[in-house]
Amino acid sequence: MNKVYMISVFAENKPGRLERVTKVLAEANINILAFSITSTNGFGVIKFMVNKWKEAYDLLREKGFTVSLNEAIGIEMKDQPGGLYEVVKILSSKGINIESASVYVAETRKRAYLIVEVEDTSKAKELLKDENLKFLNPEEIQ
Amino acid sequence: MTGAKRGDILQNSMTYGLFTGAFVMHYGAEKIGILVIPAGPGNTERQINLMRDFGTTMLHITPSYALYVASVIYDKGIDPRRDLKLKRAYLGAEPYSEETRKKIEDMLGIDIYNCYGLTEMNGPGVGFECKYKEGLHIWEDNFLMEVINPETGEPIPDGEIGELVLTTLNREAMPLIRYRTRDLTKIISEPCKCGRTHRRISRILGRSDDMFIVKGVNIFPQQIEQVLMSIKGVAQNYQIVLESYDEMTVKVEIDRELFDGKIERLIRMKDEIVDKIRSATMVKPKVELLEPGTLPISEGKAKRVIDNRTI
Repeated sequence: MNKVYMISVFAENKPGRLERVTKVLAEANINILAFSITSTNGFGVIKFMVNKWKEAYDLLREKGFTVSLNEAIGIEMKDQPGGLYEVVKILSSKGINIESASVYVAETRKRAYLIVEVEDTSKAKELLKDENLKFLNPEEIQ
Repeated sequence: MTGAKRGDILQNSMTYGLFTGAFVMHYGAEKIGILVIPAGPGNTERQINLMRDFGTTMLHITPSYALYVASVIYDKGIDPRRDLKLKRAYLGAEPYSEETRKKIEDMLGIDIYNCYGLTEMNGPGVGFECKYKEGLHIWEDNFLMEVINPETGEPIPDGEIGELVLTTLNREAMPLIRYRTRDLTKIISEPCKCGRTHRRISRILGRSDDMFIVKGVNIFPQQIEQVLMSIKGVAQNYQIVLESYDEMTVKVEIDRELFDGKIERLIRMKDEIVDKIRSATMVKPKVELLEPGTLPISEGKAKRVIDNRTI
C-alpha cells in the first residue's frame, strides 16, 4: 500500500485566508482533489489532497504558510447510497477513530474515496489489510 | 469631605480578599457610623436588589462595573431617581475619564468622587476628591508627595506631568521612602475652593512602566511572556491587547515547525495557555492563535502591550 498525503494549513478564521492558499495552488497548476476545513473559535485547519503533494507542500512553506504534511489512507467506496456506511462500518469494527475525513470523487456516480487521517496510520493499515477494501493508489492521482 | 455621614448606607462592590480596596473603605465607613453592605463585585441582579432592599445611599465601585450596573438598572426599567436612594459613588482602582464620570452621574442621578490609592500605601484613600471634584487632595500629613521625571529621576515643578513618588510619614512597621508609584499625574498647588490646604493631584493619566492593570490586578508583560515561552508550539512573538479594564486578550503566533495539522492539539495548546496565564496572573485571558508573521516584528524594544482603553 503506497502512501497518500493530506496537506494541512493553519489559518486564522478571517476572510481571505482560503483565497490566499488556493491562489498559490492555482498559480502552480496544482489540482485539488479533496478538501476540508475544520474551524473552532478564531482559527482553523484547512486540509487538501492534491495531485502534486510534494510540490504543493514545498511551495506553501516557501510562501510562508504554516503547513504540515500528514499521511492519510484513501479507501474506495461506491458513489451511491450506502457507500460511506459500508466503509466506516469496517473502520469502527476495528476500533479505528477518524481524526479528519474528506472525500475524493474519482468518477462521479461510480467511484469515490474516503480520505481519512487516523492516530496511527501504519497500525490502521495493518488492521485493515485483510478486509475487502480497495485503497487509493497515489500513482492514480499524480 | 463628600458629605458622607452617620446614617448613610454604603454598598461596597469592590473585591474583598487580597485586594485592599474593599477593606480600607469598609473600615473607614464603619468608623464614622455608616452601615456597610459587603456586596463585593459581580452578580448584578443581586447588587440592584440590595440597593433597593437596603436603601443604599453610596456605592464604592470600579468605573467599568459602575457603567455596567447603570445600564442593567435601565434595562430593568428602574428609574434610579425614583426607585433608588443613591446619592453618591466612590470610583477608583482604574483610570477613567471625566466623560465617564459625567455619564454615570447622569444615568444614576448621583455625584461621583474619584479615589486614588495603591496597595503599597495601604490601599485607597491616599488621595480623595472633595465636593468640587477638581483633583484629588493627597493627605499630606500622611504622605510626602513629589512628582519626578521618570527618565531622569529629577523632581519637576508643580503643574507638570510626571511620576508620583510617595513617602509614608506615619506608617510604623514598614515605612516606604520615595516609593515610585509609576502613576503619571501632576501636582495642583493652587488652594482649593473647599478651603483644605492639602495639595491636589490630577486624575491619573497613565503609567510610566509597562505594568498594566486588569480587574484590579497588577500585571507585568514578563509574567505573560514566561508562560508563553514555557509552552511548546508557541512562537516568540506575542501581543497583549487591552480593550477594557476587566479583560485582556493575548495574541500568540504558533510555531511553524511544530504545526502537525491537528486542530485538537491547537485547541489543547490554547487551553493550556489560558490556564497557565490564569494561574500566573489571577486573570483569565482571551487567547488568539495567529499565523506566524502576523504580528509586527519588533525593531528594538518590542511593543508588547497595546492599550486601547480610554482614560
